[in-house]
Amino acid sequence: MRIGGPVAIRNQVYGWLLLTPAAFLLVAFTHYPAVATLAQSFFTQGTALHPSKFIEFENYRFMFDDPVFWKVFRNNAIYSSITVPTSIAFAILMAIWVNEKLPLRGLVRMAYFTPTILPMIAVANIWLFFYTPEIGLLDQILGRFGFQSPNWLGNTDTVLGCVIVLAIWKDAGFFMIFYLAALQSLPVELEEAARLEGASRWYYFRRVTFPLLMPTTLFVMINSLINSFKLIDHLFILTKGGPDNASSLLLYYIYEVAFSFLDQAYASTLTVVLLALLALLAVGQFTILDKRIHYR
Amino acid sequence: MSARLHAGPGRALEIAAAWLLGFLWLFPLLYAVWAAFHPSQAAIRFDVFSPLTLDNFARAWSLAPFDRYFFNTFVLVTLILVVQLVLCTLAAYAFARYEFFGKNVAFALVLLQLMIMPEILIVENYRTMSALGLVDSILAIGLPYMASAFGIFLLRQTFKTIPKELEEAARIEGCTDLMILWKVFVPLARPTYLAYGLVSISYHWNNFLWPLIITNSVTTRPLTVGLAIFGAPESGVDWSVISAGTLMAVAPLLVAFLLFQRQFVQSFMRAGIR
Repeated sequence: MRIGGPVAIRNQVYGWLLLTPAAFLLVAFTHYPAVATLAQSFFTQGTALHPSKFIEFENYRFMFDDPVFWKVFRNNAIYSSITVPTSIAFAILMAIWVNEKLPLRGLVRMAYFTPTILPMIAVANIWLFFYTPEIGLLDQILGRFGFQSPNWLGNTDTVLGCVIVLAIWKDAGFFMIFYLAALQSLPVELEEAARLEGASRWYYFRRVTFPLLMPTTLFVMINSLINSFKLIDHLFILTKGGPDNASSLLLYYIYEVAFSFLDQAYASTLTVVLLALLALLAVGQFTILDKRIHYR
Repeated sequence: MSARLHAGPGRALEIAAAWLLGFLWLFPLLYAVWAAFHPSQAAIRFDVFSPLTLDNFARAWSLAPFDRYFFNTFVLVTLILVVQLVLCTLAAYAFARYEFFGKNVAFALVLLQLMIMPEILIVENYRTMSALGLVDSILAIGLPYMASAFGIFLLRQTFKTIPKELEEAARIEGCTDLMILWKVFVPLARPTYLAYGLVSISYHWNNFLWPLIITNSVTTRPLTVGLAIFGAPESGVDWSVISAGTLMAVAPLLVAFLLFQRQFVQSFMRAGIR
């Protein structure tokens, strides 16, 4: 800290004055609630008759014995570990196609990107009809070919898969544009050289393009992971977490506990788990991966 | 831009695959459009050649207060964007051009919001809003998003690229700090403002979870929440009418996107590259 002449002091005052309005709101709605969530997780849910009281790790003990918690945790792990890599793979494929000379390129690019600007609630309404038993589109098509189809959203084996397919469809086009930007910044000479050497397309992709896209992949991966924790809108329309919590995700369970079962103390405890996961992600991003991948 | 000149059956297959994927990606929307303009019996039997009709739109409009929902969303999106632009500009200017005590820590604390978004903190933020007596108000939907770390970061990056000489020239002309911000920095950052604005508008037009929690009446509910209630199976509305309602809700953003496709794509791209 250097406090020197009048310019330095002026800097101090102006700097903080400019920052104050934003800082006030950030503290009120990001930092304070994060800390308060942690604090709340050590208390009981207060009622008019029984004021909230300190119970150490009782909420956490309850959580570890709560089979629903483990179920949604497992669901979220499956959901994230399938949606993230699959939407990245689709995004890369789309970007490569759209970056080349492709007939109707503009139209194809628009088609890939369109799901991004539609609200999740709206697209879930549309997909709900695809999955509806018997009268739904999927069942009608399968029926014409003589297949028996399960009740897609009513079956604990298929419901999570249905939700995952929708999530991939929604995200892939959004991630495509980051890859498109990255591909357009790659030097053309690289590819010409590779072609002269007689490298196959797949070889060129695997040894040149994909490694060079690594910073983009990291960026997309982090965002896609955050998305897989925080975007749960489609569950409200498609499944409400059911049947038997088979499609419920962590944040949806938090919502249910807080606003349907009205146990905010336990909901806070669950939120702490989510915050811890995000913190882990942040630490991973800043320490391990940033050292190995060079940003410009 | 790389333009390859492949030929042969492999290439044809690839083009077909790219088209097929595009069709699959567009299909749900196309299907909703088709269903919305046809009688509901046709949607269920998937009768492609049934007559066109506008009844579904009329019914959707009469079954739910869509006009009010549109108004609420419009107010919400405008309110958030205006406050975001002002707050983020001021904060970004501080980070880009001033040396003050605790600057780096403050910046790290701002960036924290990129990870811990308001969606995650619904429980505590709801408690705060009830303590403030703001539950079921449009202001309460917007408040947690108004100081946007993303906006501050994006504008700071842009402000940092503006040459010091311009600032000094303005100072010699007798400009105060805020005048410099308004006359030099803001005009030069226009592409960033456009990019951020488009991303913010689409995000808040589409946002659902927090508005669902914090609103409980027709006078505050945005379109997404209204649409969810309208489309719920319990409401007993048939599929074609739901399609029509869904299309009405997405129409403004979709039309804007189709008209300004390039700006949208570039904005999202600019906003994502950090």
